[in-house]
Amino acid sequence: MIFDEQTFAQLSNGLVYSAIAVYALALLAYAAETAGQVAGATTLVADSPARSRLAGATTMVAAPPSRSRRLGAVGTSLTVLAFLLNLGGVITRGLAAGRVPWGNMYEFVLVCALAAGAAYLAFLSRRPVRAFGVWIVAIVLLALGLAVTVLYTPAGDLVPVLDSYWLVIHVAAAITAGGVFTVGAIATGLFLVRHRLERRGTTQAPKGRYAATLPTTRTLEQVAHTAHIFAFPIWTFAVIAGAIWAENSWGRYWGWDPKETWAFITWVCYAAHLHAQATAGWRGVRASWFALAGYAAFLFNFFGVNLWITGLHSYAGV
Amino acid sequence: MTDLDTKTTASGHPPPAQAAPSWGWLRWAWRNLTSMRTAVVLLALLALAAIPGSLFPQRNVASDPAAVINYMQDNPRISPWLDRMGMFDVYASPWFAAIYILLLISMTGCVLPRSRRLWQSVRSDPPPAPRNLARLEDHRSWETTREPAEIIATAAAHLRRKGFRVVSTNDEIRAERGYLREVGNLAFHLSLLVLLVGIAAGKLIGFEGRVAVAEGGTFANDLSQYDAFTPSAWTDVDDLEPLSFTLEEFDVSYQTSGPNLGQPSEFAARLAYRAGSGEEQTVTVEPNHPLNVNETKFFLTGNGYAPVVTVRDGRDKVVFTGPVLFLPLDSSYASDGVIKAPDAQPTELAFEGFFLPTADVGPQGPYSRFPDALNPQLFLTAFTGDLGFGDGVPQSVFTLDKDDLTQVRRDGQPFSQALSVGETMRLPGGQGTLTFDRVSRFANFQIAYDPGKEITLVAAIVLFVGLTTSLIVRRRRLWLRLRPSTDAGTLVEIAGYSLTRREPPPHEIEDLVAALGGASPPTTSKDVSA
Repeated sequence: MIFDEQTFAQLSNGLVYSAIAVYALALLAYAAETAGQVAGATTLVADSPARSRLAGATTMVAAPPSRSRRLGAVGTSLTVLAFLLNLGGVITRGLAAGRVPWGNMYEFVLVCALAAGAAYLAFLSRRPVRAFGVWIVAIVLLALGLAVTVLYTPAGDLVPVLDSYWLVIHVAAAITAGGVFTVGAIATGLFLVRHRLERRGTTQAPKGRYAATLPTTRTLEQVAHTAHIFAFPIWTFAVIAGAIWAENSWGRYWGWDPKETWAFITWVCYAAHLHAQATAGWRGVRASWFALAGYAAFLFNFFGVNLWITGLHSYAGV
Repeated sequence: MTDLDTKTTASGHPPPAQAAPSWGWLRWAWRNLTSMRTAVVLLALLALAAIPGSLFPQRNVASDPAAVINYMQDNPRISPWLDRMGMFDVYASPWFAAIYILLLISMTGCVLPRSRRLWQSVRSDPPPAPRNLARLEDHRSWETTREPAEIIATAAAHLRRKGFRVVSTNDEIRAERGYLREVGNLAFHLSLLVLLVGIAAGKLIGFEGRVAVAEGGTFANDLSQYDAFTPSAWTDVDDLEPLSFTLEEFDVSYQTSGPNLGQPSEFAARLAYRAGSGEEQTVTVEPNHPLNVNETKFFLTGNGYAPVVTVRDGRDKVVFTGPVLFLPLDSSYASDGVIKAPDAQPTELAFEGFFLPTADVGPQGPYSRFPDALNPQLFLTAFTGDLGFGDGVPQSVFTLDKDDLTQVRRDGQPFSQALSVGETMRLPGGQGTLTFDRVSRFANFQIAYDPGKEITLVAAIVLFVGLTTSLIVRRRRLWLRLRPSTDAGTLVEIAGYSLTRREPPPHEIEDLVAALGGASPPTTSKDVSA
């Protein structure tokens, strides 16, 4: 047989490396687009917040010069291609191992990068969020680079304790939430950058300001909000599914294992964010910091807890 | 504090009434405690307070029972202070409890009045339209010559079909949708209280325990048989589930080739068990597949080697024979353990050392190359003297109290020997012998009984469904108003308003306009259909 497990494993590695190469090109294209916009654009800031609200405006950024717009389109095309390569890498990895491809840290990062790419492209098809591209691609590239250098584990069977259908459910939910939280975090971070500009109340931005090339705070806030209210229930589900699995596997549904603790901290931070968004005087900037804290907790849970803290979730395979 | 997504940011509390002055500060305190701002602060505190528990070892956390003791030994100076602050017991500490109890009070104080308001608003009609509909976000208007009554009837039927609650007068329709959002929101918050009840039930009535059983060994579900037992406040330790089992065989297999060489691929404990006075049954317990007897569950959580040895004393009398549990130190199952023979004569005997399942010698001495027992060897040193059993103090089976023990020496060097299966170690001076008979394994079981977990599960499901509902459903209002227009026609005005921060579904207004045969673009234009 031509397509044996070994072939699939090699194919998967090849596809992942190709995805990295294409993402690197996408990053160059996006970065060039951004640089072009910052350097050359005479960009308009949004109208007063009240009017843009009334109009339901999505973006007020004046058309950037056509060359950087073309670069942006190239960046997006390359991102789609790299995403498909990443997808292929994940699928072949699953075929090589004969199971769902998220059984160790390497695979988890591959799929999380895939989820972040998917979330970005999904938002991009509905909203003018190409300004996220350079950041999303940078994060995905960093994650994939880390995966192939530090976290790489050869394709193989699961350790017995992971051999459960809850692995499929619990980890898939955590990955999906992670991907969408990534878009939410970028939108929130850019919101903070843009907010500093708009707070000055200038309608004509000075040349050479990065913030002036960004979508309006209203768009950024809406995208962040959509991402967070989409990902938050999924994260909640991931935590609940994890608790059910823990009961099934260790005899208790919650034991304050470091992984559980940081999942809880992540959940509480995002809950605080959503509540702060509905609190007078906290909405906007202050609430944003809670969302960023939640994302930081999510990242720490994945990298910090897996690599530095021992607990029952030590399956990193590193 | 409860709605995660409302536009209205007011506290929602009426201004203080003319209360007696002494109650004033109480009302003030209550209003502040139940405000959204307090909730956010408490949530932030809760997140911060949970952090130290993941950085310091915790008592009663199953992964490593000795973690706190080891940490205290390694850090003798700061440990007492950390302990006083509850850092080894974060999730049971008063300050952690203070935060979540305040949070729950804050939440309840906000949710209950909200529930009442929801009930009232469900029973009352949607509010009348604002005077100037054109100021709302989604506004359409056009002129028509259709009969006002017909327009009202068509619009009301259309909106009812779309799931709106509709109240209509001769010239106005008020419609509202998405009450489920608030229901979900309240269900989510109240489920947290139920969740706490479930957790409390487990913490008050349930128990957790651990036991290690060697192959051939038996366990009866009695307090005295547990290696560790963590009862709750109201655990009835005399009324444990009547049950006993024998570990007949423990099967392990490891990957012998491929990239993940040595990774376990199967653990299976075959038990013969008897529940109550019933028949003996066989069952295989594996990871993720516990033995469940009336909700007392036995989980396979670990395993290791238990070399079977026979110790003879100076009189050549057998003073110990059987499996001895050696605790694995790493993934290659290099294990350490001790063998005690307090009945040995003329001197008590003890042995300490390593078990290597696939022994090999490297530059740094003997090590285990593979977790399976391919070349099992015991590396032991011996001690004589007083094991300390006479003191009546309970001892760990995994450590030696060497205070009154002397290491056996030969030619001035500590006496040690590597034993393969069947080999015998003879202590100098005829003090005794130890024979390595064969290799067996032991299995670690985690035993849990938690009568509150079904409550918790139901609460968690309600929590998830409620949360999702409250975030997905968009509560919004729609108004339609008719006014006589100039040329004997009627001016139709439609406007929508979202009560949440998300925009209403985009085509809702257009659909209504289309159903009425009105103009489709969001600008005023003449109706041509009539």
